[in-house]
Amino acid sequence: MKLAPTMKLTAALAASALALTACGGADGADDEIKIGISQFVSHDSLDAVAEGFKAGMEEAGYDDVVYDEQNPQADMATNTAIAGQFAADADLDLVLAIATPSAQAVAQAVTDTPVLFSAITDPVEAKLVESLEAPGGNVTGTSDKNPVKEQLELLKQLSPDAESVGIVYSSGEINSQVQVEWAKEAGEELGLTIEETAISASSEVQQAAAGLDVDAFYVPTDNQVVSALAGLLQVAEDKSAPVISADGASVEKGAVATYGINYEKLGEQTAAMAARILSGDAEPATMPVETLTEVELYINTESADKLGIEIPQDLLDAAAEVYEKIEEPEEAEGDE
Amino acid sequence: MITAVELGLIYAIMALGVYLTFRILDFPDLTVDGSFTTGAATASILIVNGTNPLVATVCAFFAGAAAGVITGLLHTKGNIDGLLAGILTMIALYSINLRIMGKANVPLLGEDTLLSPLRANGWLGSWISVGLLLLGCLIAVAIIVWFLHTDVGMAMRATGDNPEMIRSFGVSTDNQKILGLALSNGLVAFSGALIAQFQGYADIGMGIGIILIGLASVIVGQAIFSQRFIWLAALAVVFGAVLYRLVIQFALGAGLEVNDMKLISAVLVVLALILPQVRAFRKLGARIQITSRGTTKAVEPDAEEKQNA
Repeated sequence: MKLAPTMKLTAALAASALALTACGGADGADDEIKIGISQFVSHDSLDAVAEGFKAGMEEAGYDDVVYDEQNPQADMATNTAIAGQFAADADLDLVLAIATPSAQAVAQAVTDTPVLFSAITDPVEAKLVESLEAPGGNVTGTSDKNPVKEQLELLKQLSPDAESVGIVYSSGEINSQVQVEWAKEAGEELGLTIEETAISASSEVQQAAAGLDVDAFYVPTDNQVVSALAGLLQVAEDKSAPVISADGASVEKGAVATYGINYEKLGEQTAAMAARILSGDAEPATMPVETLTEVELYINTESADKLGIEIPQDLLDAAAEVYEKIEEPEEAEGDE
Repeated sequence: MITAVELGLIYAIMALGVYLTFRILDFPDLTVDGSFTTGAATASILIVNGTNPLVATVCAFFAGAAAGVITGLLHTKGNIDGLLAGILTMIALYSINLRIMGKANVPLLGEDTLLSPLRANGWLGSWISVGLLLLGCLIAVAIIVWFLHTDVGMAMRATGDNPEMIRSFGVSTDNQKILGLALSNGLVAFSGALIAQFQGYADIGMGIGIILIGLASVIVGQAIFSQRFIWLAALAVVFGAVLYRLVIQFALGAGLEVNDMKLISAVLVVLALILPQVRAFRKLGARIQITSRGTTKAVEPDAEEKQNA
């Protein structure tokens, strides 16, 4: 009796949803390889992982893989729904989860199909694996643990007088908290004092940085801080404090230098793991979590000049990327 | 598909909380964005530290209720506008939730949770778990309906409908509002605790935008069902929560851009608000019984008044 209007509305909703649809979903045949990708949010580094993964799969000879790519754009409920969707899809041969919340949701829901994660700072802390050496379940993958110690060593090399390093990080991102811990450990070994300030929104970055009385700054891979990097760089310039970032992209935007992770290569490395699983050579339970073995040196000479830092020639020679200009985010500020 | 129904049923508990404030008390409560995470945080940290998951989930209810009481006190005793009081509590809860968890993300992978038995039996993702979750929702609906028919519940409904009248009877509308907000946020936190156990982690950002899901569920459900009886209105909320998730799932499955999802949510709510007013739709939906007998403040009575005028 009350079904008619119910169905009417449902149909209307369905129709409106369909009208907005750009492209239909692909259904994979049974014999071809189908891989589900759950990427938590669109983001330069994470996008690079997905691209690198697909390139790596092609390189490994899997050139007609059907990808079911899903991205909840940081919406937690949709993130969980995607994981459930993957769990229910019997055609999937493998699931790739990019970034921690996606990996956690997929690991919780998908228990039969092999799951690979990528761009996870600390898989053990996130409880994705029992240990880095022996994951133990159907889940393993690659970590983007950044070489904090090498990065801080680089800082000492460029600015030998620096004694204290300030870190602004957001309290809402577990990865950042982990990196602060690592920086503290490394700082102790290197004789650097680490001073930290937590923020809850990117609008607080500049003020938080200004509140730190330090000789240099370290910028972790923190979404909030990286998106408000310009504010921090401004403060650093006023204090004549060099900024070392955790990622290469931030060097292009004005940090002085870093040993950074190439996320595309991280994706390729994950694809190599996938190829071993798909060919039956290895099982996730016994495949150790991999980290990128080689890191690349990124240098920004304009930032260095501004602070009067002389970059040694051997570092310039070793750099994978030397930026001679600071990439201006919005309107160009004409200096010099 | 089944996961969407499961999620919808868990979110339905939250939507029932929103129904209590938004419809019964006529109070736009934004505390839920914070208290949802409070529930998840409380339950998760207790479970990680070895507490029985049932006890942990009940504790989550009370943590959420405490948050609701604070919004209620700010509004009634502090004379702060309801919308602002909710926003203030929500913002404060961000810090409190971080304090509760100690960090931004508490993983529950491998922990014993309320849903572990379902998972161990392979029932999650099947109609068995849908049935069990539906049973849970029906019990929640039954409790709410029973409560709203007690003397206290009647007073609460009257507080939302006609505060002047109920004050003239010597009932404190302040206490009614505080109690309503406590119950509402308790349910929201309870739902948050279940979601954390379902998805395998509690995260500081998981409550963001929850109010939209809650309102959408209430409005969509009520646009379809009759408002004649409280029990039907409450059931409609559950139905709305499930339908909401199904539409999102459908849109995703159809290959829709996830960036558009919030827009779709908004369009969904707008449709649910506008469609019942459209003449053609009303003719088709003529069987929907309409009453404004003071049970709830439904969408339809407004529309009918407009047409009669």
